[in-house]
Amino acid sequence: MTHLAVPKTYKLFIGGKFPRSESGRTVEVRTASGDFIANAAKASRKDARDAVVAARAALSGWAGATAYNRGQVLYRIAELLDGRRGQFIDEIVQLEGVSARDAAAQVDEAVDRWVWYAGWTDKFAQVAGNANPVAGPYFNLSVPEPTGVVAVVVPQETSLLGFVSAVAPPLVSGNTVVAVASERFPLPAISLAEVLATSDVPGGVVNVLTGSPAELAPWLAAHADVNALDLVGAGDTDWVDLQIAAAETLKRVLPPEQGDDAAAPSLDRILAFTETKTVWHTKSLL
Amino acid sequence: MSFLEYAPAPESKAILNLKSEYGLFIDGEFVDGRGEAFATISPADEQRIATISTADAADVDDAVAAARRAYENVWSRMSGRDRGKYLYRIARLVQERSRELAVAESLDNGKPIKESRDVDVPLVAAWFFYYAGWADKLDHAGLGPAPRSLGVAGQVIPWNFPLLMLSWKIAPALAAGNTVVLKPAETTSLTALLFAEIVQQADLPAGVVNIVTGAGETGRTLVEHPGIDKVAFTGSTAVGRQIARSVAGTHKKLTLELGGKAANIVFDDAPIDQAIEGIVNGIFFNQGHVCCAGSRLLVQESIHDEVIERLKSRLSTLRLGDPLDKNTDIGAINSAEQLQRIRELTAVGEAEGAERWSADCVIPENGFWFAPTIFTNVSTSHRIARDEIFGPVLSVLTFRTPAEAIAKANNTPYGLSAGIWSDKGSRILAVADKLRAGVIWANTFNRFDPASPFGGYKESGYGREGGRHGLAAYLAPAASSAPRAEAAPSAGRVAAKPPRSSRRSTKGTDK
Repeated sequence: MTHLAVPKTYKLFIGGKFPRSESGRTVEVRTASGDFIANAAKASRKDARDAVVAARAALSGWAGATAYNRGQVLYRIAELLDGRRGQFIDEIVQLEGVSARDAAAQVDEAVDRWVWYAGWTDKFAQVAGNANPVAGPYFNLSVPEPTGVVAVVVPQETSLLGFVSAVAPPLVSGNTVVAVASERFPLPAISLAEVLATSDVPGGVVNVLTGSPAELAPWLAAHADVNALDLVGAGDTDWVDLQIAAAETLKRVLPPEQGDDAAAPSLDRILAFTETKTVWHTKSLL
Repeated sequence: MSFLEYAPAPESKAILNLKSEYGLFIDGEFVDGRGEAFATISPADEQRIATISTADAADVDDAVAAARRAYENVWSRMSGRDRGKYLYRIARLVQERSRELAVAESLDNGKPIKESRDVDVPLVAAWFFYYAGWADKLDHAGLGPAPRSLGVAGQVIPWNFPLLMLSWKIAPALAAGNTVVLKPAETTSLTALLFAEIVQQADLPAGVVNIVTGAGETGRTLVEHPGIDKVAFTGSTAVGRQIARSVAGTHKKLTLELGGKAANIVFDDAPIDQAIEGIVNGIFFNQGHVCCAGSRLLVQESIHDEVIERLKSRLSTLRLGDPLDKNTDIGAINSAEQLQRIRELTAVGEAEGAERWSADCVIPENGFWFAPTIFTNVSTSHRIARDEIFGPVLSVLTFRTPAEAIAKANNTPYGLSAGIWSDKGSRILAVADKLRAGVIWANTFNRFDPASPFGGYKESGYGREGGRHGLAAYLAPAASSAPRAEAAPSAGRVAAKPPRSSRRSTKGTDK
């Protein structure tokens, strides 16, 4: 007897829940060879705003968690992603039309990047911060802190690796993220959201929107409660206009990157979403 | 004569050797500007000091071209050790001419001589001395080995700390190997032009430092110039936004140090004597023309009345008057325009229902002056609690719990600085963690040091000036296109994948 497949409904990921787009809109997603896979949710302006609200609400908890705790949560993502390796390989092969070997390389690399970034949570502050030898009786220390809510247009060329490469770095220091997934290959990002939802990542820390970056990004760029904008995957949109919109609230902006290895792992990507806080305290004269 | 009345003790202007007219400083020489010249006046008596040139677009072109030549031919090729030695020379020359620079600064800006003499000018020398030492140690600046300079920096600075802001901009830029075109504020160009003389005395190669004077239009021309690689701006948030828009889509690196509305939080266990001095220093230092000024006093309800009473009594002893008098505490407001803004906002404060108190001091007949003023009964929605006044005006709010203090302190789009006064160390550290501000002073306020990074969160701008972090504003990693990820998982496997087109055509493994 054959078993009739039970296809998955791909929805958005906002505040730890999986809602459909409030707009009711969907996009048809097909395999590389043209077969129907799913109707993915096409997120709207309202969905983007809801995601920002969820990200803001989750910020103090995530930023306030200990670095050790954040590191374990990010490492847990790697564990669960690795455990579902086969599923992701299948999904990538089906969607991107790549070989199983390339798909496996993409999943393995994504797992390794989570592990790499997980290890940074309790180290980046030691590398980027320092004591300052000021000329006076003061204790003076500079430390990096998370910028806040970060909106990310992830690299569009890959379905999973680009997403992980752009979303992991801001999480390291305690930012929360609203991510716009690859427009052409949206499904693995939503499957990854299932991993996030079961990896002890608090609801709202990562929010995933599928749909059109060109439609969604302007709302995020202009949103006054978004602190930073990563345009790494926005090269095909009118990204200069996004940067101009972001200037209104003086958001920190990262420009588009081209190529297969956009958002390659680096400490700089972690620090791009941090602010340096310098605290002075008097020392008494003995 | 009461014990508060002092005989006048003015610093002599005889030490100055000012010219009647100043040109632009381009390629190592003073040249006439092609725009319309204007007078710089002393805000204390409105007397003309000198005539200053305006740089038009052609002048800015010349300055950028000179900076580019100096960058390509000399400065970027020079060893870090030699760049450092030039900066050390400048630091020493500033020290040697410190009296003259302090007098010129107080004359042109209106700030009390005791501040220009004891704070501004010593910090200028310290800033050059600090960054001089970095010039041959850039491998250790945190950007990996052999970081590279950016090229030509366009720098625009404000009028509140004219020479100090110049040093914050020029010292790290030069140490990192960049050349600069700097535009001082329209009302305070004088010390930048004296600095140009110091650059000549230091025999700095022509074109490494260029100074173009003028109003906002000159600044706009500079930051929008296609020939620069870096924009550094200190000033208002409104202009900062314009600049952020104008550099969008360009390769220019941008750092902005903008406005603030700092909360100075006083808990009921604070060392009150020090706190009163700190509150006064926080908002009345430099007539309150300080972007990081503690302009919102958040005082715990139980000590509100005592703090206000003691503040009023302390403010009544401050002496307002001649900036060149060594006894002066409060100098002149920098310009008629700024005085007008302060008057408008304080009028709004009264109209919105806050209670105004001003120190009873004699206001000189000429010049621009504003008596130290406190508003009590201020609520968070009042404009005097939200807008940057940039004058000697303190808005007082109260709180009951630390959580309320933190919420009120962070209730602003700005995030430059904050103050905490308490004798309880654990509380200070916990509150400092929660404040969204780039600089936090605990049991002190308005301290600056070249080793200490300064800069804002949120709409107070981005990037840091000072310390190791301040170098990052003027450097890029050795190969900035390839991230430093030696230890990272990465490139290899993914880069080895076939290019996109062939990948997409490689189908056949579909289920």
